Amino acid sequence: MGRITLEAVTKRFGDVEVIPPLNLDINDGEFVVFVGPSGCGKSTLLRLIAGLEDTSGGRILIDGKDATDTPPAKRGLAMVFQSYALYPHMSVRKNIAFPMRMAGVPQDEQDRRITSAAKALNLTDYLDRKPGQLSGGQRQRVAIGRAIVREPAAFLFDEPLSNLDAALRVGMRLEISELHNRLKTTMIYVTHDQVEAMTMADKIVVLRAGHIEQVGSPMELYRAPKNLFVAGFIGSPRMNLIDGAAAAEYGAHTIGIRPEHIAVSPDHGKWRGRVGVSEHLGSDTFFYVEDTGLADTITVRAGGNIDLHHGDTVFLTPDDAQMHRFDATGARVA
Amino acid sequence: MTLYYSFLNYNLLNPASISWAGWFNYQYFYTDPAFFDAIWNTLALVLGVLAITVIGGIAIALLIDKPIFGQGIVRILIISPFFVMPPVAALIWKNMIMHPSYGVFADISRALGLQPVDWFAQYPLTSIIIIVAWQWLPFATLILLTALQSLDGEQMEAAEMDGAGAVSRFIHLTLPHMARAITVVVLIQTIFLLGIYAEILVTTNGGPGNASTNLTYLIYRAARLNFDIGGAAAGGIIAVILANIVAFFLMRAVGKNLD
Repeated sequence: MGRITLEAVTKRFGDVEVIPPLNLDINDGEFVVFVGPSGCGKSTLLRLIAGLEDTSGGRILIDGKDATDTPPAKRGLAMVFQSYALYPHMSVRKNIAFPMRMAGVPQDEQDRRITSAAKALNLTDYLDRKPGQLSGGQRQRVAIGRAIVREPAAFLFDEPLSNLDAALRVGMRLEISELHNRLKTTMIYVTHDQVEAMTMADKIVVLRAGHIEQVGSPMELYRAPKNLFVAGFIGSPRMNLIDGAAAAEYGAHTIGIRPEHIAVSPDHGKWRGRVGVSEHLGSDTFFYVEDTGLADTITVRAGGNIDLHHGDTVFLTPDDAQMHRFDATGARVA
Repeated sequence: MTLYYSFLNYNLLNPASISWAGWFNYQYFYTDPAFFDAIWNTLALVLGVLAITVIGGIAIALLIDKPIFGQGIVRILIISPFFVMPPVAALIWKNMIMHPSYGVFADISRALGLQPVDWFAQYPLTSIIIIVAWQWLPFATLILLTALQSLDGEQMEAAEMDGAGAVSRFIHLTLPHMARAITVVVLIQTIFLLGIYAEILVTTNGGPGNASTNLTYLIYRAARLNFDIGGAAAGGIIAVILANIVAFFLMRAVGKNLD
C-alpha cells in the first residue's frame, strides 16, 4: 500500500518559506509527477516526503499513519537519485543487496530478489561489475533495482533521467512506465520536463514557488489549464498567449491557443502574419509566425507537407472551440 | 660511497689506519644486541604512530567536517603542530608537558592526587610515539578531511533511505571512500617515520639503555658517538635494505587501493 497524504506541509529554510502550507493526496498505485521550473520546490517536496528534510509544519501521512517524524528508513519508501548515488566500491550485486543487508533479509531471499530484479532490468550480465564500469542508463537501472528489492510502499524519483542523453531518456521513460504498470506501486516522480510529465503521469502536480498551481491528469491539464502558468508550462511547443484587442474580442484579458489548434492557409483566415523560422520535423512542421500584431510570434503546427517558406504571408484561423480564456489575474474563465 | 665505507675499518679516532674489513661491519652491526632492539623499536614507533594518526585523524576529520562556530580557527589550530619543527616540538613536550616535576601532565597527576609519571624514564618509547603522533596528526587529519569532503552527499542520503544507521554508513560508505586517502597517509608517514631521529636525540638519547633507540638513531650512535664510520655505513645500508623490504610489503598490502 502506498497512500500518501500531505496536510498543510510547510518548509522554511531560515526566514525563507520554500513551501507554504500545502495539501496533497496521492492514492495507492498512482504515478504522480511533480513538475515545475527549477527552484519551484518540487525536489524539496519530494525530500520532505522521503524524510531527508524535516518539515517546518504540517503532517505527512503514509497509509494513514503519521510519518512526519519517522526517520527516512522507516517510511518504507525507496528513492532514486538524480546522480544515481550508487556505492562506487561495491559491485552491482552488492549495491542492490545493500538495503536488504541493512534490513537483515535472509541471504537466500536476498539472492532471489536480486535475481528477479536483475532479470527485470536487464542487469543479469553486469551483477559483478562496479558502477564505474557501467553506462549511464545501466547505472540508472541499478539505482532502480536497489529501490525495487526493498519492495517499498512508494518509489520516489528525483529527476532520474536528467543525466541521460535524449535517446536513452526516451527508453528509460518507457521502462519506468512499464515498471509502474507491472508493479502497480505508487510512484512519485520529480521532473522539470513537461514531456516526461505528460507521457508518464496518472496525475500531474504543477508547482510554482512552492504553490500547487494545478493537480490533474495530463489531459485535464492540457485541455483545461487553470491559469496562465499551467497553460504556458504544459504542452510543447508552448501555447500561444495573446493579450489586447484580439483577446477582448473573446471577452477575456488573455486568450490562449495551442499551436495545433490553429489552421494555416496561404490565402484566407482570421489573422495575417509572415512566416519566420520554420521547423520541419517530418511528421509535423512548426511555423513561428511574426508580424501578426497579436504577440511577438505565434507558433503554429501544420502537417509535414505544407509548402510555406521564410517570409511568405500566411493566414491563421484559431479553432474557437479550443480557445482558452483567462482573466486579468491569470485565472481561467470558464 | 656509503657502500664502499661499509666495507672498511674506518674509525675517526684513528683515521690513519683505514683497512679493508670485508663483511665484518655488517656482522658487527647485525650481532649488536642493540640491533634487534632498534628494529623492534622502529616497528613499534612506526606502527604506533600510524595507528594513532590514522584513527585520530579520521575522528578529528569527522569532527571538524561538521559546521561549527569558529570553524576556520579550529582548523588552523588543529593543523598548527605540523608547523613546529621536530626538535622544538620534542623540547616542548620534554620540558613543558611530560617533565616529572614541572610538566603539565605532572601537574594534572598531582591535582588528582597521583604520583607524577616520569614519562621518559618509565615509558620512553611510548612518550616518543606520543610526540611524533602529535606532530603527524595534522597531516593525517588534513588528507583525511579532504577525502571526507569529497564524499557525495546523495550517496549518504541514499544509504540513509536504505536503512543504514550512522555506524553502518561510516563502515560501508565513509571508510571505503577514504581507503585511498588512508593509503596515502600510511605510505607517506611510513617513509618519514622510519627516519625519526631528532625527537629521540633531544628527549631520551635512545635510552634508558636501548629502550627508545630506533634504527636511525643506532646508526647515528655508531657514527657520532663511536666515531665508527664503517659500522655506521654498514648500518645505513642495512637500514636502506630493511626500508625497502617494508616498502615492498606495504605497497603490496595497501598499494592495490591506489590503482
